[in-house]
Amino acid sequence: MESSSWPSGFDERRQDIHDRSYPEQSTSIRRPGRQAHELIGDPHLVPGWWPATSNLEKLTNSTSSSGTASSLTNAESPPDLALSIAVEARGLRKEFDGLVAVDSIDFQVLKGECFGFLGPNGAGKTTTMKMIYCASPRTSGRLLVEALDVDTFPRETKAKIGVSPQEENLDPDFTVFHNLIAYSRYFDIPRRVAEARAEKLLDFVALKEKRDVVITELSGGMKKRLILARALLSEPKIVILDEPTTGLDPQARHLIWDRLEELRRQGVTIILTTQYMEEAARLCDRLIVMDKGKIIEQGTPQSLVEKHVAQRVLEIPAEPEVIIELEKLGSALFDEIGGRLHIYTNQPETILADLQKRHAILRSVIRDATLEDVFFRLTGRELRD
Amino acid sequence: MRNRDVYMQTYKSNFLPPLLDPILFLLALGFALGKFVQLGGYGSYAAFITPAIIATAVMNVSIFECMFGSFVRMYYQKTFDAIIATPLSVEDVIAGEILWGATKGLLYAGIMFAVVLLMQSILGISLVTSPLSVLVVPFSFLAGLLLSAIGMCFTARTQQIDGFNFPMFLFITPMFLFTGTFFPLNALPWQVQDLSLAIFPLTHVVLITRELMSGALAVDAVWSILWIIPVTIFFWILSINLMKKRLIV
Repeated sequence: MESSSWPSGFDERRQDIHDRSYPEQSTSIRRPGRQAHELIGDPHLVPGWWPATSNLEKLTNSTSSSGTASSLTNAESPPDLALSIAVEARGLRKEFDGLVAVDSIDFQVLKGECFGFLGPNGAGKTTTMKMIYCASPRTSGRLLVEALDVDTFPRETKAKIGVSPQEENLDPDFTVFHNLIAYSRYFDIPRRVAEARAEKLLDFVALKEKRDVVITELSGGMKKRLILARALLSEPKIVILDEPTTGLDPQARHLIWDRLEELRRQGVTIILTTQYMEEAARLCDRLIVMDKGKIIEQGTPQSLVEKHVAQRVLEIPAEPEVIIELEKLGSALFDEIGGRLHIYTNQPETILADLQKRHAILRSVIRDATLEDVFFRLTGRELRD
Repeated sequence: MRNRDVYMQTYKSNFLPPLLDPILFLLALGFALGKFVQLGGYGSYAAFITPAIIATAVMNVSIFECMFGSFVRMYYQKTFDAIIATPLSVEDVIAGEILWGATKGLLYAGIMFAVVLLMQSILGISLVTSPLSVLVVPFSFLAGLLLSAIGMCFTARTQQIDGFNFPMFLFITPMFLFTGTFFPLNALPWQVQDLSLAIFPLTHVVLITRELMSGALAVDAVWSILWIIPVTIFFWILSINLMKKRLIV
């Protein structure tokens, strides 16, 4: 939506976590569903990279003095931590015929946040999603959705979750509208309610004009939007999106992002997997980077960029002499990716000017560091091991 | 429920088979071939094969619905995956598919029965003699459950749609021919008769349908019912377990 507002939002969160400084109270106002202040009182369950308790207390005080009703009640009677956790995994593991797809991972998704799983193909993202929505039983470990074990209470769990799977599985025998109606029956939604919701959701995902069109006539982007509408039919508290924008053109992708941000504003918990760093950076409050079934990094998008790469990136062609020089220098962090050198630095101009004294450097690019750089660093490092 | 909606959308092409099937079979086999066939103690050949035509149609529609129909929904359309992400479970989905297969069998039997009655009155030949024959229609639902459950087991174990050739030619076609459908079972050697009674569900379905339509109910119909019920339950449970194994990995 307001693209100007989100970078500052990330800054707030970055300070929140790293500078351990007093965050602006707008953090909690901007995300009413986040309920970060509810974490107080059980600090041992709080992940290490979540704001320190003292800051949270400040946050609670500031929000209660600001006078919003929800924060007042929360401040007066700190609720149980379990109430603020949407999904919790401990030692979650999945094996297929001896192959470990998910290797004993731990994570917590808080209510109202957008939580991302980032990773290459085969990282175990989809398997983790399937375990959450009960399509795949875990091999071992603990997995709770709103404090209920998913394997013991599959129906209750699935009733709370809206799923947008990676594989398109709309019903080709029906029209757009009827797809939603047929799906609503699986949730036991009364026909009239379902029809009203379906009309509203088609409006929400901008498919109103395609209401009576058969599925086979939809484009990829329209199908993804319809799947999103379908996932929202049951008015779920948690929405799981497995690669919601893979293969879509930029317009279609932005429309979906826009809708997901709208949902987050409404307080819906969003769990998404993606291969696109841009998507994770734009949407996710916090994210996990997975590779080969393991969590290799986690944090806010901004904190990951800060931790693993510098603020800026200098991209130049990968000439052997330049590499030798950089290696001799030792201080510059860089990767060689697809014939290009990515140099992570806060002074790209200085380094470029310095290199240009001795080398002819054509086609240099200076840009801000992104999650993609983090991803290359993390998986690149993995390969060298 | 979902399948009913699809069926109602395509009902024009779907209603054709049960309407034409008995007409074509009765004209070709009953009257044309029947001129050359004399069956001792069974009345006319047309009257002999009428129950078999209904029973085999119920078999075909039920078993194929849960083979090709279910396989397409499961494998190509991923409909089962979509449904089990909702509060419904694999048990619910498979039960729905089997019930739908049986419902389609019931529909076909009902339409075909009406067509047979119509042909009887138009052509003035006796095909259906007993009032008990009305029971053929509800019975076809039970027969449909049995055959749908068996079809669902094949579906659960088949990797590609071509894999259905094995059950089709090793199970369904022999069942179509050697279960007392177009000639009395006792024309076969007794070993084959026993085998047919033991392994082919259609033998029992044809037997009961024929006895209902002729009104000559005998004890063997009770044995057939006692065969059908536990076998249906067995395949129903087996198909759910096989499907769970396949869908939940």
